[in-house]
Amino acid sequence: MALGAQAGRTRRASGITAYRRLVGAAARSQLAYPASFALQCAGQAAAQTSELVTILVLFRHVRAMGGFDVRQVLVIYGIAGVSFGLADMIVGQLDSLPTYIRMGRLDALMLRPLGALGQICASEITLRRLGRSCTALAVLVVALSTVDIQWTVGRAVLVMLAPVAGTVILCSIWVVACSVCFWLVEGRELANSVTYGSSMFTAYPLGIFSSWLRRLMGFAVPGAFVAYFPTLALLGKPDPLGLPRWLQWSSPLVAVLSVLVAGAVWRTALRHYRGTGS
Amino acid sequence: MRAGAGVYLRLVAAGFRRWSTYRTAALAGMATNVVFGFMRCAVLLTVFAGTARVAGYDPAAAVTFVWVGQALIDMVLAWGDTELAERVRSGDIAIDLVRPWDLQLARLADELGRAGFSMVVRFGPPMLVGAAFFELRLPTDVIGWVAFALGVLLAVVVGFGLRFLLNLSAFWLLDWRGVFGLYAVLSGLLGGLVLPIGMFPPAARVAIWCTPFPATLQAPADLLVGRGSPALLLIHQLGWAVGLLWLGRIVLRRAERVLVVQGG
Repeated sequence: MALGAQAGRTRRASGITAYRRLVGAAARSQLAYPASFALQCAGQAAAQTSELVTILVLFRHVRAMGGFDVRQVLVIYGIAGVSFGLADMIVGQLDSLPTYIRMGRLDALMLRPLGALGQICASEITLRRLGRSCTALAVLVVALSTVDIQWTVGRAVLVMLAPVAGTVILCSIWVVACSVCFWLVEGRELANSVTYGSSMFTAYPLGIFSSWLRRLMGFAVPGAFVAYFPTLALLGKPDPLGLPRWLQWSSPLVAVLSVLVAGAVWRTALRHYRGTGS
Repeated sequence: MRAGAGVYLRLVAAGFRRWSTYRTAALAGMATNVVFGFMRCAVLLTVFAGTARVAGYDPAAAVTFVWVGQALIDMVLAWGDTELAERVRSGDIAIDLVRPWDLQLARLADELGRAGFSMVVRFGPPMLVGAAFFELRLPTDVIGWVAFALGVLLAVVVGFGLRFLLNLSAFWLLDWRGVFGLYAVLSGLLGGLVLPIGMFPPAARVAIWCTPFPATLQAPADLLVGRGSPALLLIHQLGWAVGLLWLGRIVLRRAERVLVVQGG
């Protein structure tokens, strides 16, 4: 029906407007104290820099790590850092989901004609995380300009797409991990093992980890697709682990799949939710 | 009238009981420590590719360093500890200040209780997992264990002393989240959670040992694996423990003067 389609379009448009207003309100409130905001950005930048220092200090003692030299590792670190910073900015506040559940604030969200997940992400978007992404981006640009890359159209597209796909994959991991809180309200720190855990795992070559850790954090939790495989494709490097070449270009596809999985898990979790009662 | 020692002992017990109500959260946090332990071991072991010893550590000492760090992180660093700062912001601190106790000692007693609970739940499992999957380097005599136990106790006091100061910053700062964010980063990198300080360049090493951070995780870890002089490590820790507590008292006295209680 034409009328039905039109109504659907209008509803979607008003939904987008609502989300835009929520994000705008969050941004205004966070920028209300510019000095405090700048300090928090600097704090995020420092967090990202500490991982960089770690890598540089390790390379004082070794020439290569998992078959990668320091500049190649910094490409992995850069893509992983940009992706994690953006994911943390968008969905990081899901960490306060237990508070939403305990205080009954989730019930209020579910009464509104917008998705609960979208509302939490839009109204709690944390712009200070840009400090993290920008630091990682700067390192990535420097690293990319110093490593040998045979630039092709495919690689140019991939270098743009990889951080986006990485962000989407990490966001999906976050959503699935935090869904645990619907069953285990105090289990928030458990989610940290795969969210913040992925931040560390994705910044290093896959080959340094033992095989079961690779399977768990690289494939079951698809951390290997955030930065490791795209970096191999960019460098035109055969995988030191001997994994098939097509995997190196599959991050965007994995991103799409992980969104589908995350969506399904979140919907199941939300259906399971019965409120804390009051 | 000031409270006697019995009150503080009871506060220690109360701190233990208060935290023991969050058992699920403690177990969840411990599981996360274990996952990080495996990853940090993998990263740190890469430096032994061509050599048997780096910065005075062999692989067994290095993985022990990682696991004891993960086992002590909650007890010593306690990243989320902003309770006092929240009380400053809400004004509840006024009640704490008129109670007939020494506020700093009372907080320390509560902290020792919390650390005790953390010791029970969060210390053992990561160490056992570490021992099950890796060869660990542990003390072979009683003196080594006693030194490690002393080191852990002093580390808890140093961690408390640092965070007490950070929490007091809420008297002057409208937004103290940045301070705690910086603490989380610095304590991880300079405290010896991520890398042994011995792996840094020589100049950086000296600078880092001039800060209190190595007294939190690096010193207990070195006492456990028997690297360096135990006496020197304990003196560094004791110095910072006393210094930070003393500084905390001075800052608290200043803070009491800037506090304005509204209403009546």
